[in-house]
Amino acid sequence: MAEICAALVILGVTAYAVFGSADFGAGFWDLTAGGAERGGRMRGMIQRSMSPVWEANHVWLIFVLVMVWTAFPVAFGSLMSTLSIPLFLAALGVIFRGMAFALRGQAATINEARVLGAVFALSSVLIPFFFGAAIGGVASGRVPVGNAAGDLIDSWLNPTSIAIGVVAILTGAHLAAVFLTGDAKRADLPDMVAAFRKRAIGSGIAAGAVALVSLFVVRSDARDLYDGLTSGDGLVAVLGSALFGLLTIVLVAVGRYGPARFAAAAAVGAMTIGWALAQDPYILPGALTLDDAAASDTTLTALVVSVGLGMLVLVPSLWWLYRLVLRGTLDQEYEPLDQRFRPVDS
Amino acid sequence: MTAMVFAAEQVRGVLEGAPQPDAVAARQMQALSLAVHIPLVCFGIAFPAMFLFVEGLYLRTGDPVYKALAKRWSKVALIIFATGVVTGTILSFEFGLLWPDFMATFGEVFGVAFGLEGISFFLEAIFIAIYVYGWDRLPRRAHILTGVPIIITGATGSAFVISVNGWMNDPQGFEVVNGQVVDPVPFSALLNGHVAHELVHMYLAGYLVTGFLLAAYYARRWLKGNHSRYTRTALVVPLTFAALAAPIQVVVGDWAGRKVAENQPVKLAAFEGVYRTEEGAAFHIGGFYDSGRNEVRFGIKIPYLLSILAHHNPTAEVIGLESVPPEDRPPVNIVRTAFQTMIAIGTFLAALGVFFIFIWLRKRRLPASKWFFRALLVAGPLSVVALISGWITTEVGRQPWIVYRFMRTEDAVTSASNLEIAYVALVAVYVLLFGSVIWLLRRLAARPPEAELEHHG
Repeated sequence: MAEICAALVILGVTAYAVFGSADFGAGFWDLTAGGAERGGRMRGMIQRSMSPVWEANHVWLIFVLVMVWTAFPVAFGSLMSTLSIPLFLAALGVIFRGMAFALRGQAATINEARVLGAVFALSSVLIPFFFGAAIGGVASGRVPVGNAAGDLIDSWLNPTSIAIGVVAILTGAHLAAVFLTGDAKRADLPDMVAAFRKRAIGSGIAAGAVALVSLFVVRSDARDLYDGLTSGDGLVAVLGSALFGLLTIVLVAVGRYGPARFAAAAAVGAMTIGWALAQDPYILPGALTLDDAAASDTTLTALVVSVGLGMLVLVPSLWWLYRLVLRGTLDQEYEPLDQRFRPVDS
Repeated sequence: MTAMVFAAEQVRGVLEGAPQPDAVAARQMQALSLAVHIPLVCFGIAFPAMFLFVEGLYLRTGDPVYKALAKRWSKVALIIFATGVVTGTILSFEFGLLWPDFMATFGEVFGVAFGLEGISFFLEAIFIAIYVYGWDRLPRRAHILTGVPIIITGATGSAFVISVNGWMNDPQGFEVVNGQVVDPVPFSALLNGHVAHELVHMYLAGYLVTGFLLAAYYARRWLKGNHSRYTRTALVVPLTFAALAAPIQVVVGDWAGRKVAENQPVKLAAFEGVYRTEEGAAFHIGGFYDSGRNEVRFGIKIPYLLSILAHHNPTAEVIGLESVPPEDRPPVNIVRTAFQTMIAIGTFLAALGVFFIFIWLRKRRLPASKWFFRALLVAGPLSVVALISGWITTEVGRQPWIVYRFMRTEDAVTSASNLEIAYVALVAVYVLLFGSVIWLLRRLAARPPEAELEHHG
């Protein structure tokens, strides 16, 4: 039962790492799109793509929190208290980001849009960093059992955390670029296809390279994690991730944007699974195993049954939403962000 | 009866952090976040029913005014939902950030409820997106049907959260052996003795707050001379929902009060500032509780009324604060003031609702007096005050316990330092958040309703 619950947590983390960080990645491209006029088309595309789905994408985060605190309460209490600083900052970022994104849709002047866009984009970059840093703290064994028993700073400001934080930002950017290329194609905007295609390939290479570098960082900072990632099942997952990453880049390069979406998602999925396998059987490496952390069997069974029944409704609904989105049924009119503020006849 | 208060064995937190007698910053942060989130929840409970009702009118009559209104409201609902998503995320973070030992010790008992809530919330996010972005893109009948899950999930989601709150007030579904929580039975925890009345009370509150806030907004337009059919519909629909809910809430409030008298006698004693356990207890309106003299001073005393309210019997025994040691008593004046505020506002809202329904049934029109609309202007914000007061009553009334009679709030709080900094940051962020939401809604309102009927791409 503990394994099933752990698998559900990993599923949630993967889903959030795919959908959530794609949204954050969109914020990254928003940030780097250039001046108001030059970046206007790109920002309009991002706004249009994200609007219908960002709330649903975000709920995965809540799903993960709830699963962990129910199935592994001691681990949850320990890591939330020790990692309170990055997690609080990420939570604040979540507020800023949601708020700024929603507001920008209603901005009436380019200056309003600019300020709100900056807030949206900046927090989009900071949130994955803080989440990545928190994961780094757990994975490198810096979270002991107890109420804020670990170091409040070093637990997330350390080489492994920083490396994972940067990888999280770049992965998100890559995912977003891949997804947006497909969306731009559907919207029949060849210039946007070209722009995001370029970014998808570039960020894919960058993410792969940084992931490789961070493997060496992990080697010197958290040897156990490194050993887990480079042997047995962990190694298979890491290689799988690399393979899917390469496949994504190839698919984007040859213009197969639909399958590229899935390959990119698989690369991220393999990465989170690799992390889980690398620290198996621990939930807090060096401090707490999965089995010791697990709630009683009654609770785990109740949780699995409830979530399982819920999934029967949830999965078709989610599938329907994404199908409506991918078929363009929910597509809004495309409008470059800066153009909204120009008189119609100019 | 009195002995029951001492029955439970206290639980040792599994994380065993240093006890922090000063949990004030953490409690303030939690209270602030809840106060921010709960009014948004009200909209989640009640608003979908209102805009679907209006869309139903549109499908029946084909009148574009109804369509414009339903569409506009659904956009407002999306903005409020998005805000609720972020404030709700903050809350789930805070459970762990502020109360790690509460979660570590009891997470396995009540967590399943949140698992179900998470799924409801997920479905709500999916269908509200399909509904709002599906206007003019889905067939008309399919479109209104996509709104139905929003109503259902809005209800179930809050039901699960309320069941956890009910559980904190009436903990069950676990055993305590040597200070450790064992044998959790999650579904038994979910179906505790408080969930039923808390649920109904909160649902009606959802309709009251949403209805009266919307009515207040459109009453302001009405007073400014905008008597269009659009404004009239936008005023009458939410007002009718709220007016029907208000009198029922009085009855439900009585039921909730009797439940508290039964299960949490000390909380009830705090509602009323009753120190000595006595038969035929009196009810005091206003005044304050003097903890030196252990009595309510300067209040209007109504003999026997408290016994009647609490037990429907004028000579029934009401248990006083003296039944437990001072460290087990909640802060009486906060609880009592909140309680009285809620009752006073609830009575006013019920009277306003009954008046509206009376005029509507007799004359089939809105009351003519400007004073009615001015009263609505006040009723909107007051309904929020009553809502928050109600939550203060039940939450502060439960103190010093986070899990009633099993775990003290101060034993659950985080050992991490510098909560004050986080608190200040959070206040600033909420001010900014609400400023922005209001700005956004005003921006939306500035567009004429007809804009909703233009077809795009």
